Amino acid sequence: MLGKLTIDALPFYSGIAMAGALVVVSGVLGVAALVTWLGRWRYLWSEWLTSLDHKRIGIMYVTLALVMLVRGFIDAMMMRTQQAVALDSDGYLPPGHFDQIFTSHATIMVFFVAIPFLTGLFNVVVPQQIGARRLAFPFMNSVSLWLTAAGAALVMSSLVIGKFSTAGWNAYPPYSEAQFSPDVGVDYWIWAILVSAVGSMLTGINFLVTIVKRRAPGMRLMMMPLFTWATLCTSILMVFAFPALIVAASLLGLDRYLGMHFFTDGDGGNVMNYVSLFWIWGHPDVYILILPAFGIYSEVVATFSGRRLFGYESLIYSTAAITALSLVVWLHHFLTMGSGADVNAFFGQAAPLIAIPTVVTIFDWLFTMYRGRVQFTVPMLFTLGFIVTFVVGGMTGALLAVVPVDIHDTTFLVAHFHNLLIPGALFGYFAGYQYWFPKAFGFRLEEKWGRRAFWAWIVGFCLAFIPLYILGFMGMPQHLNRYYTPGWQPYLIVAECGAFFILCGIIFLAVQLATSIRDRAALAVPTGDPWDARTLEWATASPPATYNFAVVPHVNGIDSWWTMKQAGTAARKPGQFHDILMPDNSGTGVVLGAMSFVFAFAMIWQIWWLAAVGALGIFAALLSQTFRDHAEHRIPASEVEAIESRRILAPALVSGAPT
Amino acid sequence: MTDAVISSGHDDETAAEAAERALDEKTFGFWIYLMSDAIIFALLFATFVVMSHNPAAGSASHTLFRLPDTFAKTILLLASSTTLGCSTAATATGQRWRTLAWLGATFLFGLGFVTMEISEFYGMAVAGAGPWRSGFLSAFFTLVGTHAIHVSIGLVWIVLSGCEVTSRGLNPFVVSRLYRLGLFWHFLVIVWIGIFSFVYLPEIL
Repeated sequence: MLGKLTIDALPFYSGIAMAGALVVVSGVLGVAALVTWLGRWRYLWSEWLTSLDHKRIGIMYVTLALVMLVRGFIDAMMMRTQQAVALDSDGYLPPGHFDQIFTSHATIMVFFVAIPFLTGLFNVVVPQQIGARRLAFPFMNSVSLWLTAAGAALVMSSLVIGKFSTAGWNAYPPYSEAQFSPDVGVDYWIWAILVSAVGSMLTGINFLVTIVKRRAPGMRLMMMPLFTWATLCTSILMVFAFPALIVAASLLGLDRYLGMHFFTDGDGGNVMNYVSLFWIWGHPDVYILILPAFGIYSEVVATFSGRRLFGYESLIYSTAAITALSLVVWLHHFLTMGSGADVNAFFGQAAPLIAIPTVVTIFDWLFTMYRGRVQFTVPMLFTLGFIVTFVVGGMTGALLAVVPVDIHDTTFLVAHFHNLLIPGALFGYFAGYQYWFPKAFGFRLEEKWGRRAFWAWIVGFCLAFIPLYILGFMGMPQHLNRYYTPGWQPYLIVAECGAFFILCGIIFLAVQLATSIRDRAALAVPTGDPWDARTLEWATASPPATYNFAVVPHVNGIDSWWTMKQAGTAARKPGQFHDILMPDNSGTGVVLGAMSFVFAFAMIWQIWWLAAVGALGIFAALLSQTFRDHAEHRIPASEVEAIESRRILAPALVSGAPT
Repeated sequence: MTDAVISSGHDDETAAEAAERALDEKTFGFWIYLMSDAIIFALLFATFVVMSHNPAAGSASHTLFRLPDTFAKTILLLASSTTLGCSTAATATGQRWRTLAWLGATFLFGLGFVTMEISEFYGMAVAGAGPWRSGFLSAFFTLVGTHAIHVSIGLVWIVLSGCEVTSRGLNPFVVSRLYRLGLFWHFLVIVWIGIFSFVYLPEIL
């Protein structure tokens, strides 16, 4: 009746796991109680959960990312603490639990922090940057969100019911096969990945079509803002890379569920094929995470230097070159696996090529700042912190690309990819979050706590990961839950201190958000353009009306909002308004996500009747949506005019220093 | 990729224009979906090629595949492609019942294909050559099975489209969905040509 699910699935095996489970359960119940107490269920459902407005979906994505960031960070903190104390001892975490934690940390950070964060920023910004009123497929966008949320919910439920995978975030076989990992951990991983991967693929299709088909009249591809370019390239990578992850995870699942032999040790299985399939997705995914941050840095640098981007076209060509190259270097993730000298040589050569376009982008940003009036705002601080630390990450990447060097699979690798993903991706998202927050909500985040958060993050990052570089040279392998080398411990204690600084960084970000909400009247941005920015998303009100643009602007070049301000046409009111068609809300996306969760959960625990219920639910939800052709409502011109006349078009908009 | 045309804005876009634009975007989006699906098949093909030399203790391919069956399946699928083409031609001239009749023929050919596929799989499993037998058989069943699942989804889609053509007639939305059904179906036929050439043919020859 309940498949493999028994009372033993509850985490009585360890007090720490029990505490984690209680935190999750009480967190969910607490939020539910709060919403009930405030009486806001109807509001939440009709204004947010069922919304097909890309801005709201974007805000929900970013919220999901921030919540999961806290979870992923707690995992990190637990690992650092374990390694700081586990010299010649078991520390405080049993080995199996430690393995769950490093697996869930990485899975969460990649799939449920980075991807929702960047997708959220795409949603809030990109349609406005290209002068569109909505995405090409608003309903599919809602489906993507709820599939991602379902995947995150699966990982979170593994904390309460059963255990998560102990096989690392890449679930390498043969360890991840049923023979060695018979419990449900790997199945949780597989289904969380599959559900959210489908969501990401749909996101890719959605933004690709939107950018190609819905740009404002006159906006040629070579006039698009850099963030839109980054989104376009990221979407292409999502569409072409995620199928590989889906194939890898599905074949692993077939091995586990049906006893097939894709990646088993014997019976004609081929372990290396899994590793290859995984990284065919995995390497492009590095750029799926980093390219959006590059796009954000470009916008931030141009705005806060008060200058047109230096080398606008070269930035685009670099972004495109990185996109293309990222698809042909995946083997450098397993140079040690013995693919043969020729193959290793090709990929060993191809990998450093990516440095060329990357260096071009960095110089473009530097030259944009050179002789500009640089304002050291919080987004700009994150950008500068990124430029300095990312160069180090690039250098260490060049070291790792040297095939014979014996630092693969040490903590040097751990330090290297954190060096790329924290400054290279997360700092970018933070910069974007600070930069576009007033766009989404109509008031700025205050600076003081933002600056403190930045300094805590960057100091914490350096303290946490520079010791790991050194430990890598000293030969410390990754994933150790205990060790016997006294010389390592001081470095691990320094890394632990770094983690505490990052903890402060997260707390400061929360304080910043809280104080900004408190002081929102003082931080309000009535003109909608607090940064004197350059690109088209600042031409709408902040927060924007549901349709973004009452009148879709004509675009004649890059930095079109800046041009409009210079020409004095920015503050001009349109003479005539028209009716606007906008998509209706739909609860089907939520239902689809919920049913996917039910289906995946039932498959994990092998409760076949429940899986059938979930599958039928998914089919019914799809069916109800597929044949609805007129799911739109008309906003009458009079209402548009009423909304627009409430907006303050300040004369300040026409100011701005010449470039 | 074409750049946006400089023309009048979409401010005064009528409902009909908005609908037309939405259908255009859906077609484009569907092409992109097919490209990602093609990558799934490409990786399954690659996996099959890697594993085709790993029969382990299981049977090798040349004792398992029967040319007449494979030939018959291929003919069924090619015929379904032709009948669906006829259906599209009928749709283009607005002939509702003829569209429906050709859709029905496509469904029957497709159903025949899937039935033969299931019986082949069943026969192999009974003969001790199921997908759990060896890496080679896992790869074979997964590649060919994924294709068969796609065709089955196509069959469900044909039934739904048939109901829709019957009840709503050939309005632009229905025609657009039929067009995408055609893309999907012909794509699957092309994949089958790949399976025939790379999976069955080398083993039989």
